[in-house]
Amino acid sequence: MTAEKPEAAATDSCEAAARPSTAVGGPAPTTTRDPGPAVEFTAVSRHYPGGVRALDGVGLGIGRGELLAIVGPSGSGKSTLLNLLGTLDAPTSGTVRVFGYDVGALADDQLSALRARWIGFVFQQFHLAPNVYAVDNVADGLLYSGVPARTRVRLALRALERVGLADRAYHRPHELSGGQKQRVAIARAVVGSPRLLLADEPTGALDTTSGETVMRVLRELHGDGVTVVVITHDRELAAALPRRVEVRDGRVVSDSALPGDAPCRTEAGR
Amino acid sequence: MTGLARRRRDRRAQLRPARLSPADRLRTGSSGLRARPTRVVLSALGIAIGIAAMVAVVGVSSSGQAELDQRISRLGTNLVTVEPGSDLFGGAAKLPEEARARIDRMPEVEHTSQVELVGGANVYRSDLVPSGESGGIGAYGVDLDLLEAVRAEVDEGVWLNAATTDHPAVVLGAAAAERLGVHRITPDTLVLVGGTYFSVVGVLERAELAPELDNAALVGQEVAEEVLGAKGEASTVYVRVDPDHVERVRDEVGRNANPEKPNEARVSRPSDALEARQAADQTFQGLLLGLGGVALLVGGVGVANTMVISVLERRGEIGLRRALGATRRDIRGQFLVEAMTLSALGGVFGVLLGSLATGGYALLRGWPVSLPWWAGAGAVVATVLIGAVAGIVPALRAASQHPTEALGAG
Repeated sequence: MTAEKPEAAATDSCEAAARPSTAVGGPAPTTTRDPGPAVEFTAVSRHYPGGVRALDGVGLGIGRGELLAIVGPSGSGKSTLLNLLGTLDAPTSGTVRVFGYDVGALADDQLSALRARWIGFVFQQFHLAPNVYAVDNVADGLLYSGVPARTRVRLALRALERVGLADRAYHRPHELSGGQKQRVAIARAVVGSPRLLLADEPTGALDTTSGETVMRVLRELHGDGVTVVVITHDRELAAALPRRVEVRDGRVVSDSALPGDAPCRTEAGR
Repeated sequence: MTGLARRRRDRRAQLRPARLSPADRLRTGSSGLRARPTRVVLSALGIAIGIAAMVAVVGVSSSGQAELDQRISRLGTNLVTVEPGSDLFGGAAKLPEEARARIDRMPEVEHTSQVELVGGANVYRSDLVPSGESGGIGAYGVDLDLLEAVRAEVDEGVWLNAATTDHPAVVLGAAAAERLGVHRITPDTLVLVGGTYFSVVGVLERAELAPELDNAALVGQEVAEEVLGAKGEASTVYVRVDPDHVERVRDEVGRNANPEKPNEARVSRPSDALEARQAADQTFQGLLLGLGGVALLVGGVGVANTMVISVLERRGEIGLRRALGATRRDIRGQFLVEAMTLSALGGVFGVLLGSLATGGYALLRGWPVSLPWWAGAGAVVATVLIGAVAGIVPALRAASQHPTEALGAG
């Protein structure tokens, strides 16, 4: 993933192309009248010790209410991208703004609060607590938001209803199918009404039918106004979404939202 | 621009993490335990054994103390004995003949009784026993009211009475009966005292305030004088005193017993010896408590070990919680509470186990069961503290884990 010079040049041109697509180029949005983009990456790099460049000069803007796929093979840097989107990690250089907040400038506690309030995560491996009822697993999505326990359960039941699992509220994970588990995980991610939902390979561990159900649920959430980002290596799945951002070797090599998409792809594609 | 800067600060201030309620803290802290019951039982067991050992030591000692207190209060601490001591030259002194009568006249004295050790009157099971094997059993001439003074009980048979004082009848002390092999009393159970056969009419229980009577053959004073050659000189005067004036009597009784040579009368209070014996047991208790402490330490290390492993295993869970918005503080608190809960569970179980052991042992010995409340409460508090100490390093490790690292590279 170490960058070579010609590619760096190609990325820069893509990045330059990417910038105008974002709504705001200046300082952080501070007025409520213009809420600004959900996420804004400016020349973001993330290097790991030992010289690994997981992301290298990425520019990306995600508007509020979008549904998009970030697609790329394993090792392309898309997981690093997800971590940065979810404020689980900070960039080595460049700035990441999530709902206007400069992630690199926030303290760990503030990032935690940001995630608790505005960001929901869905993981490939579900990460449900074993032997715990679905409703309690979902209610844990609100545990760190300062919501009283009784309200958490009420909202959890509503969230389960939203993903079509109201009748499975008092089932334990091992009594659920893979698709149902993932829907429970989605319910947990959205129980706190986040503005941004990040799904990391949400269908990766599922069969086609379950995967389709999960995608339908994600589309419905998008329909309700949630910004949904699906990270996947599945081009077919990505193709079905309104916008696709392709990542390879730590760079954005194509973005279907940009008019100058094609040159980027041809230059960087191998 | 300043207004803009302030507004930006205001927005940052909005990002204040919520605090978990104590109930939520406890619930998240115990969630890891609920998921792994076997491991919880095994690692809490170490703590439980240590606590059980310590609680049992305290309980057994306290039950023993309660039993002793009960016994002492039954026997009374108001018994003072007066014996002839030694004269200025180290020779054996004698109590004057009228010693008992003079002691009796002291206003604080409630009751007296005396015995006379008859020198040279050895006790044998029969005349076939070689004379050297007397077993150290002493023959005593006693008054009929002796048992009342020393509060000893007859184990078998009867005590001497007016009818038996002038007949060759004998009552044996508990140890003497054992040595002579007298287990059952029949009309023809005889022992040889000072060359004369006496019929055994009774056996005493152990006389705790007068242990000298345990290895003794007791005969009526008149018979002792007639048959065994007793001289009517008291070898011990037992004095029951008004409980409020024990100290005074103890100081003055020697002068009353032997006004001319008060230093030749040896005065003691037998209940002191019983109390002293309990103190001697305390060294042994210290050792047992120390052992319990070592077990507790090992248990604490076990909890720390379990927690370290738990943190390693649950990297995914830690990452998920961070993604859900948990702060480092929340994660630290969760694992700290988990360690404390784990250890406290062991503590509660240990207190139960220790109480059972105390109860069982006390019942076996026929003691009253006594366990001070502070032993149980202290044990649980101690285990919570042990858990906190054992959990610090694992909790800090869990909290310092980077959230992305915890979720695993995807």
